[in-house]
Amino acid sequence: MPDPATDATLYLQSVVDKLSELSLKDPLTGLSNRRYFQNVLEREIEMVTRSGEPALLLMLDIDHFKHVNDTHGHPVGDVVLQAVAQALSDAVRPMDTVARFGGEEFVIMLPNCQGHYGSQVAERLREAVSKLSLALAGGDQLKVTISIGGAYAPRWVRSTPELWLERADVELYRAKSEGRNRVCIEPQPILAVSAEEKNLLFGPLALGDPAWIESIANDSSAQGFASASSNLN
Amino acid sequence: MNPPRQAPPVPPAEALTPPLKPLGKVLAVTSGKGGVGKTFVSANLAAALAKRGHKVLVLDADLGLANLDVVLNLYPKITLHDVFTGKAKLEEAIVRAPGGFSVLLAGSGMVEYSRLTPNVRDDFLRIMTGLLPHYDIVLLDTGAGISDVVLFAVSLASEVLVVATPEPTSLTDAYATIKVLVGEQKRRTLRMVINQTARMGDGRAITSQLQQVLDRFVVGKSDDKVRLVHLGDIPGDVSVRQAVMRRQLLMLTTPGCQAALAISQLAGKIEDTMITPAR
Repeated sequence: MPDPATDATLYLQSVVDKLSELSLKDPLTGLSNRRYFQNVLEREIEMVTRSGEPALLLMLDIDHFKHVNDTHGHPVGDVVLQAVAQALSDAVRPMDTVARFGGEEFVIMLPNCQGHYGSQVAERLREAVSKLSLALAGGDQLKVTISIGGAYAPRWVRSTPELWLERADVELYRAKSEGRNRVCIEPQPILAVSAEEKNLLFGPLALGDPAWIESIANDSSAQGFASASSNLN
Repeated sequence: MNPPRQAPPVPPAEALTPPLKPLGKVLAVTSGKGGVGKTFVSANLAAALAKRGHKVLVLDADLGLANLDVVLNLYPKITLHDVFTGKAKLEEAIVRAPGGFSVLLAGSGMVEYSRLTPNVRDDFLRIMTGLLPHYDIVLLDTGAGISDVVLFAVSLASEVLVVATPEPTSLTDAYATIKVLVGEQKRRTLRMVINQTARMGDGRAITSQLQQVLDRFVVGKSDDKVRLVHLGDIPGDVSVRQAVMRRQLLMLTTPGCQAALAISQLAGKIEDTMITPAR
């Protein structure tokens, strides 16, 4: 730190920098805190609204963390939180934001994350944590797992941070209720129409129903309709 | 029917909530594929609703490539573009169409609005919110395709009418549009109109075919079903081509023809669901 006596301005600036950094960081894990993440969410919603790029929000939770605290004590719980935080940070891109949301809950913002990559990234995070092994005082190894829920930002329509978080939370709840140590991401709408869908859509066409083919191949002139409807009468 | 006498109150942009909840009494007319008669349906449906005594506004939501002006043969000096740019007041841009309803045309200068920026969205939402209290129903004539502007315009509407023709390309695009609306906007009920049908029953068959594909591929797994409501067919009719070529409303030129009668029936069904729902 600069010497306050010789360079007061620089000293003051460094104190301010340090304080503002502290106000945005989680002291235990060194990750971004909830307050900082709120800004990240708001900014990302603006970006998605403008660009339409897919952005994924992950919400994750250490499975049976209360049990870890109850069995091994809070100091061990803290070490687990730090190890998980490190594993998460190591497994994402520099542009992504990992934050401690509270307790044993973490959130991750993945900007510009194309549909099929989302579950791959989440799966990688889940594996990274499941590979962790913490040596306990008695010589035992402690293993933990995480459950991950994810939701993409609704494109083109400006959402709110609360709604987006809620959607990711619903998926996290689903991952928990489906047995934990798994990833659940809200399904993304697929724009393309597959061959199977087309087959069923044109089912009667594919089967060669002559009446159907005739009905859509015919020039839809007034005469055609008049004769068709008079046939029915 | 007439443009509102006093200036509609336009709330400040910051007072508005994000467009997550659709606005009541707003029907979006959309199609996926272009050239299926979407604007034709919007304009004539508006005329049929006006004839039933309702105050109707058709809003040209095809901001990039509008052609409601062509269909109605109306070329007003002041358009939505002038309202967006602050050159004119909203009530100055609302014109009376021949069918007895009001229209708000996008204007040719709207090409710059074919991309959905936060400004365009806010302007659009402010205009919609200001206009709604003055009408019984507002029809949004959206553009073709599934662009961000189309999706945004549809997101404002409480009901969606999908126009398709029996052609496979039109059906595929209508299906893709429905899929996106179900996925991105959580729409569960969509209304269908099949235009240019060759014979009676074709439209219903097409809608049920679309329904089968949706049930199987879209949300078939849960009990959260998507429901397509077949609202009607508009039979292919020489009078339609004539009216379109003359740039006149079918409801005015040949109100007794098959297609016009079909549109009147359609208007009756929309009246029942959106204007005077069963008490």
